[in-house]
Amino acid sequence: MAALQTLHLAHLPPDLAVHVALYTDVRNASFLRDQLLQGNPDFEYALVDASVILSTTHALAAVFRAANDHLKGRLKSRNVHSEIVFSLGANNNIAQSLRTFGITPTTTNLLAIKLSTDPSITSSTISEHLSASIQGIQVEFNDAKLAGLNNIAKIRKLYKLGGVGEEGSKGKRRRKDGTVESSGLVDGTAAKDAERERRELEVAILGLMALRGAV
Amino acid sequence: MDGPSPPQPPLPAPFTHTHPAPTLLTQGAEALLYCTYFLTPSHPCALKYRPSKPYRNPILDKRLTRHRILSEARTLVKCRREGVSVPGVLALDAEGDGVSGGWMMMEWVEGKTVREVLVAGAKRRKEGRDDEDGWEEGVTALMGKIGRAVGRMHEVGVVHGDLTTSNIMLGPLAAPQQNGVTTNGEHMEQVGEGLGGEIVLIDFGLAGQSLQDEDKAVDLYVLERAFGSTHPEAEEGFQEVLKVYEESYKGAKVVLKRLEDVRMRGRKRSLLG
Ligand SMILES: Nc1ncnc2c1ncn2[C@@H]1O[C@H](COP(=O)(O)OP(=O)(O)OP(=O)(O)O)[C@@H](O)[C@H]1O
Ligand SMILES: [Mg+2]
Repeated sequence: MAALQTLHLAHLPPDLAVHVALYTDVRNASFLRDQLLQGNPDFEYALVDASVILSTTHALAAVFRAANDHLKGRLKSRNVHSEIVFSLGANNNIAQSLRTFGITPTTTNLLAIKLSTDPSITSSTISEHLSASIQGIQVEFNDAKLAGLNNIAKIRKLYKLGGVGEEGSKGKRRRKDGTVESSGLVDGTAAKDAERERRELEVAILGLMALRGAV
Repeated sequence: MDGPSPPQPPLPAPFTHTHPAPTLLTQGAEALLYCTYFLTPSHPCALKYRPSKPYRNPILDKRLTRHRILSEARTLVKCRREGVSVPGVLALDAEGDGVSGGWMMMEWVEGKTVREVLVAGAKRRKEGRDDEDGWEEGVTALMGKIGRAVGRMHEVGVVHGDLTTSNIMLGPLAAPQQNGVTTNGEHMEQVGEGLGGEIVLIDFGLAGQSLQDEDKAVDLYVLERAFGSTHPEAEEGFQEVLKVYEESYKGAKVVLKRLEDVRMRGRKRSLLG
């Protein structure tokens, strides 16, 4: 079974470690969500529905944003962990982002994130608490695992990014003779197209998260 | 001899922790451009930092900085999702901490500005180190690509506002290269040294959304002047920009008509001095 991963994001102070654990087949999402709703301090995690997470970069960009706002003392939600979930959203509506990206009673793929905002929060304390609290199968937090359990169509819909990077979308243009001309890219294999599509979707999402609906 | 370089305001948190420290690339009037990385060292990015201006009223300064960062980011995000070749936005902090300004991180563009490429090429040719035929063909191909990129940008309703050769980059070839031959069989030598690659438009600090032909024509005029003043040898080739631009979207012809008016006014203005 995979173990809790401890990461250090660039630019953040070295003692502000990021701890991440990914689970599939979670059976007690309802209980976990209740702990968050009740504000149980033992359950101060970002509990994210992993089926709407595109990639590790997608999740960690939200962590970076929340951590930066935490360091600058301008969180908009209850704590840095709810702020991570809020930061996944593409607008300023906290409740909506928590509902969309946070754990739901029916969540089965779960991403748990916790920051070492205090020296007493260590990898082993978190690890212990998570294994005692989450009923599910822990898997490695990486792009391949996320790709295996996320729902791209749903992600596109959430961010209103239907068509971005997809075949025949605005990024590509049809020549007069009907053949598709990809934007400067040489035609590649299906795998290369899929990779390009994923990259375009990711960069579009990061942009929307950064803007947070600012007009 | 160079004078002392202007003092650089230190980067704000969280970049005070960044190791190795971001490298300063350029220092413009409004912004400093650094090379650093996003979340991990394997993900290079450009950091555009807009320090606060001590001589401006602090409240106004904060508002201006915030506005500029969000405006540039908004245009980049729109362009990217509509298929205009620009660096994607990775993160930003438009608020700063009240004293130090704000920043935006964007994808790193591997490559050089068109200005750098043309200046280096002109120098090589003057020294007789480049074969002329390959170079001229290369410049023409490059002009075509610029015309298409600008056309696509205008088609989606974005005007750049500062379209100079420093704000157009020539990224790497899309196809991985092997021994000077791209994987689609194109020989590097055929396009003139350093002229191959994909066009990436940058610096949208003064950009905005506009459907006005006038604004688009001014973009083209600024670009034409930029070529004329810094790259006289490439001025002729500029026709290729307009030719490809004209065919790149439906409204292009009207904009080119408008460009003639803009040129006329420009000439009158310079006559009046
Ligand atoms: N995404 C990028 N990747 C690599 N290099 C970049 C990138 N963005 C900018 N640069 C380099 O940095 C230089 C300055 O960037 P940019 O034009 O955005 O800033 P600026 O001209 O100082 O801004 P402003 O005109 O808004 O004050 C560019 O000419 C280019 O050489
Ligand atoms: Mg510039």
